[in-house]
Amino acid sequence: MNGFALLLARDLRLALRRPGDAGVAVAFFVVAACLFPFGVGAEPQLLARIAPGVLWAVALLASLLPLERLFLAEAEDGALDRLALSPHGLMSLVLAKACAQGLIVGLPLLIASPLVALLLNMDARGYGALLAALVLGMPTLLLIGTVAAALSTGARRGGMLLALLALPLDLPVLIFGAGAVQAALVGDPVAAYLQVLAGLLLGALVLTPIAGAAALKLALE
Amino acid sequence: MQFLANPARFLRIANALLPWLSLITLGLFAAGLYYAFFASPPDYQQGDSVRIMYIHVPAAWMALMTYAALAVFALLLLVWKHPLAEVLAKSAAPIGAGFTLIALATGSLWGKPTWGTWWAWGDARLTSVLVLFFFYLGHMALTHAFDDATRGARAAAVLALVGVVNLPVVKFSVDWWSTLHQPASISRIGGSAIDPSMLTPLLLMAGAFLGYFLCLLILRARAELARRKLRSLQLLAAERD
Repeated sequence: MNGFALLLARDLRLALRRPGDAGVAVAFFVVAACLFPFGVGAEPQLLARIAPGVLWAVALLASLLPLERLFLAEAEDGALDRLALSPHGLMSLVLAKACAQGLIVGLPLLIASPLVALLLNMDARGYGALLAALVLGMPTLLLIGTVAAALSTGARRGGMLLALLALPLDLPVLIFGAGAVQAALVGDPVAAYLQVLAGLLLGALVLTPIAGAAALKLALE
Repeated sequence: MQFLANPARFLRIANALLPWLSLITLGLFAAGLYYAFFASPPDYQQGDSVRIMYIHVPAAWMALMTYAALAVFALLLLVWKHPLAEVLAKSAAPIGAGFTLIALATGSLWGKPTWGTWWAWGDARLTSVLVLFFFYLGHMALTHAFDDATRGARAAAVLALVGVVNLPVVKFSVDWWSTLHQPASISRIGGSAIDPSMLTPLLLMAGAFLGYFLCLLILRARAELARRKLRSLQLLAAERD
């Protein structure tokens, strides 16, 4: 078994022993989305109009929440030093961490998203595009978030710093993700938005392991 | 490059340059402001509000240039571990954030009379420059987030290099999405599309902004070097007690 699979299996096993963590992110997703009907008013048309943007913005924030402690335990107990010395390298660690987050947090968010769309009174035509866009966009968000988590490991107020670092980079995903849902709602073709999201994902898959590994190397010094 | 690694040598050169740079900058500001406010014609459509351009455009250029410089410092720091790059990056980031803020604020003031709005989310140039401002904020926050200054500087350097993806977006946003901002009108194929009577004050002000940036960078780097020296002296004194 190669290093990536070993690291991924390790993270999944750890997550299975503390199943509450993923639940918190999903609960945040649902509760934060429910703030909007209270804030902007209960008018169904208005909610349906803002639903794609609200869904994406809240999903983005929910995906950042569990990342704060992503490398902290390893950095504190010295496991990170051992992982850096291992033949698998830090890049596969970054990819494995992001991939594990996708399964632990991304997948539950994906499953919860139609429920939130229903709460926001979104039209049924948008559901397919929403799920497809989340499948392509959420991994990009998590990859970017992993780099931000690596950069802010050991920082004071790491959580807030992580959000400040990741949010500007997340904007393109938000624009095209919400754009895909919006296009589906008004009956426009969605393919172009999904292709851009797929392109962003491929770019992130190449670039974020490099940046994440460089950031982790700094955390070790 | 290695020549400047010694802070004392850098300070000697910087201190020798600073008076001349300040004089040139003051001269350029005086000439540029005179041309901008008195010796250039009002626009036939925009009237006198076109004079905002002489602040807005140089500030926007410097916002981009400072970020490019920040990325170069980041590369020097991460690849060659150049000791001065750490000081220069820490000194340059707040200046760049200031230029970006000036560009955003003057753009907003200019947008109200000409476009009829303070801010337009649909304009890609506005939003990408706002993102540039966020990158500066992130860089400054990360620099100060660690107890170990070097660790903060290196982490911020990684962020600066990651943020380089935004630079072409800012530069080409007017060509990719044609919205409120006009496409590039000075450095383009077929020569400048702007009249010499307006280009002169614009270039004078751009030179003045560049000089101002260099003066501030030297002053801030000097203060940062003095702060570091003070800190290491305090540590030494504390050890001796």
